[in-house]
Amino acid sequence: MATVTFDHATRVYPGTERPAVDQLNLEIEDGEFLVLVGPSGCGKSTSLRMLAGLEDVNGGHIFIGDRDVTDVQPKDRDIAMVFQNYALYPHMSVADNMGFALKIAGTPKAEIRQRVEEAAKILDLTEYLDRKPKALSGGQRQRVAMGRAIVRQPQVFLMDEPLSNLDAKLRVQTRTQIASLQRRLGVTTVYVTHDQTEALTMGDRIAVLNAGILQQVGTPREMYDRPNNVFVAGFIGSPAMNIGTFDVKDGHVKVGSADVPLDRSIASEMTDADGGKVTLGFRPEALDPVPVGTPGSFDVEVNLVEELGSDAFVYGTLKGDAADVNLTAGETNQLIVRIDPRTVPDKGDVIAVSIQAGHSHVFSATSGERLG
Amino acid sequence: MPQQNLQITAVAPDPALLDLPWDVPLVDWPEDVLAALPQGISRHVVRFVNHGGRVIAIKEIGETVAYREYELLRQLHRIEVPSVVPVGVITGRRAPDGERLEAVLITEHLQFSLPYRALFSQDLRPDTATRLIDALAVLLVRLHLVGFYWGDVSLSNTLFRRDAETFAAYLVDAETGDLHRTLTNGQRNYDVDLARTNIIGELMDLAAGELLDEDVDEVAIGDALVERYQELWNALTGSEAFASDDRWRVAARIERLNDLGFDVGELEITTDIDGTKVRIQPKVVDAGHHSRRLLRLTGLDVQENQARRMLNDLDSYRAATDRQNDQEQIVAHAWVRQVFRPTIDAVPRELRRKLEPAQLFHEILDHRWFISQQAQRDIPMPEAAESYVENVLRHRPDEDAVLGLPPGEAEEAELEA
Ligand SMILES: Nc1ncnc2c1ncn2[C@@H]1O[C@H](COP(=O)(O)OP(=O)(O)OP(=O)(O)O)[C@@H](O)[C@H]1O
Ligand SMILES: Nc1ncnc2c1ncn2[C@@H]1O[C@H](COP(=O)(O)OP(=O)(O)OP(=O)(O)O)[C@@H](O)[C@H]1O
Ligand SMILES: [Mg+2]
Ligand SMILES: [Mg+2]
Repeated sequence: MATVTFDHATRVYPGTERPAVDQLNLEIEDGEFLVLVGPSGCGKSTSLRMLAGLEDVNGGHIFIGDRDVTDVQPKDRDIAMVFQNYALYPHMSVADNMGFALKIAGTPKAEIRQRVEEAAKILDLTEYLDRKPKALSGGQRQRVAMGRAIVRQPQVFLMDEPLSNLDAKLRVQTRTQIASLQRRLGVTTVYVTHDQTEALTMGDRIAVLNAGILQQVGTPREMYDRPNNVFVAGFIGSPAMNIGTFDVKDGHVKVGSADVPLDRSIASEMTDADGGKVTLGFRPEALDPVPVGTPGSFDVEVNLVEELGSDAFVYGTLKGDAADVNLTAGETNQLIVRIDPRTVPDKGDVIAVSIQAGHSHVFSATSGERLG
Repeated sequence: MPQQNLQITAVAPDPALLDLPWDVPLVDWPEDVLAALPQGISRHVVRFVNHGGRVIAIKEIGETVAYREYELLRQLHRIEVPSVVPVGVITGRRAPDGERLEAVLITEHLQFSLPYRALFSQDLRPDTATRLIDALAVLLVRLHLVGFYWGDVSLSNTLFRRDAETFAAYLVDAETGDLHRTLTNGQRNYDVDLARTNIIGELMDLAAGELLDEDVDEVAIGDALVERYQELWNALTGSEAFASDDRWRVAARIERLNDLGFDVGELEITTDIDGTKVRIQPKVVDAGHHSRRLLRLTGLDVQENQARRMLNDLDSYRAATDRQNDQEQIVAHAWVRQVFRPTIDAVPRELRRKLEPAQLFHEILDHRWFISQQAQRDIPMPEAAESYVENVLRHRPDEDAVLGLPPGEAEEAELEA
């Protein structure tokens, strides 16, 4: 059992100027499932590889437990990459498929068998041990691949996008299996993904990286409810949060035709550089449809309705005087509103919505940092 | 019934591709469109299909990964790394009942390629495993030289083609790859280490299926890959630049590569603008290509290792005469006239019967290297030939009987052509 600590860990690839990972500080608790998430190229894999000892650390330190492993060889770090090698060998029994890395390492036969049996019990594969992998379902095959790492009994599991090349069904199934298995084993785990849904559903805590810099660490709830900055706000949540920069007048944010009250304490954090503007974020589900003309509401022209069974979302354009703002929701530059799937407007309709009290997020227009 | 809204991404989209039964999961495709060819183990469904006079390989895979792999394979193709050639990606598949079907990546089936399992299920020479490992080590080094991190090196993700006595390896699965300007040692070591684990696993599997000779030591073969790789990498990447009158160092480097016993042989030699510095960058090429290339360039028909040696000398000649930009064939003919033929002619007729001309030439090159090293200067060919005749050739037995050829005459006639 072990904690993992990144202490100002930095990696600069030869021939590049900007660090791929810049002064990463992160403390992972014993037994914790921590997910590193961020867009492609943000430095997730590099962080994981530094922990694994596969990439030089150019600055700072990495600890496993109390031990400084910054310059320790990968094989002496007592960690295992899960799903690093996932091909199942058709002629070998399930037991041999799980234990072959131990065999390569020269572990005595009896010990291999014992460790494989223990792992099989946890993975619910005992009755298949002496069968060939052909007899297994897709989910069971994934468990055999996990078994390969479990039999090594490491202090830390590392996983880098293990589900990215599974089909959608198997992905969801394996996601659940990995998460519940990790909880049962209680082995500290660092899991890398670019998929924020995966992060939210699997992690005890999530660390969001962008351009090599740690943006925020917290529980899925914290990340969702209180994003520290505009980047995290836009990255976490699906569909994405609506985010735009608006004028502030007389203690109100001008969103379309609406005057959204701004907390005095928040307003006091604005600086001259902000030029009287704030960046405001509100999730699609934080918008309530109201009758057109309701005070405090703004109008949205419907461009498209996406119906997903239990939910429906309007993709639209903000109307009104202060509407020519740079408003985005993730990849789109439309405004997204969650609506009741039973009362769906038509394309071209104008609907009015208001932001639920306490469900907006205010960020500095210049730094992007959370205000209040 | 929801319509399929197929989208093809391809450099040259072939509308006939749309006629394939995309609304059916690949596992259920009818026999009559499929081509029965051997294939390796994989998690995804992969099928070969006869299509417009060629065979294509179709892999069902997630959309993002499909695009990613397609793009990487295109880049590898562009930089001429031995890999399968991508045809395109098809998305938007739906079954008649409306269910979404997985995207597919289409590649050209690599002709004459054999997955390693097919090689082992045939009656093959006992050193097959070793030869496959050699080929894979060469491929891995080539990939790393261009900055490609594979992420999933294994025999299953490699295709092998017979190449004279050996094999040439091709990359087939680029799903986990990444292309960078240069790789770090960490990235290379990871690939090599994973290759070792995967190869041992794959061989243990063959052993479990009784497809592998019982004497084969799987772990030793896995270790051999690591060793071969390291050897080759070190030999290839030690950068060398020197003053152009130290040209003997080119030969020294070539010698070192040949000594490794690999199918490595071509050196790219560049001179800087004022011709005072020479830089060498060895290139890895497939076996069997040298003799063909030499034949094409010069009309000389010699054995593989002889050809390799002669081509290297031809390259040195091009650099030395600053003719890298001239047409290869013309320079090659000049080399035959100015280097090869005078060297052979410098050997007295009665001694020429001792060895084939190409072998003579090879030995003279050896000799020149030897005496250049001793003298620490570039010994010109005529001087080297003279020294060779006096100090070496005179003391050798006749080999024409051993070879069973009438050396001299036949080759002589070819040279005139
Ligand atoms: N050998 C290298 N040379 C230069 N840059 C590199 C090298 N390897 C990685 N990088 C760069 O470092 C940055 C971080 O890469 P990394 O693989 O850690 O990102 P990632 O978050 O895992 O991305 P992805 O989701 O695409 O896997 C990227 O910009 C990448 O291009
Ligand atoms: N273009 C091709 N030419 C010849 N054979 C091919 C080609 N493409 C695929 N194959 C065969 O199909 C097999 C599986 O392909 P591939 O490795 O791409 O699948 P995969 O499911 O991604 O594998 P993995 O499980 O390693 O991720 C290969 O081992 C090879 O034998
Ligand atoms: Mg990554
Ligand atoms: Mg494969």
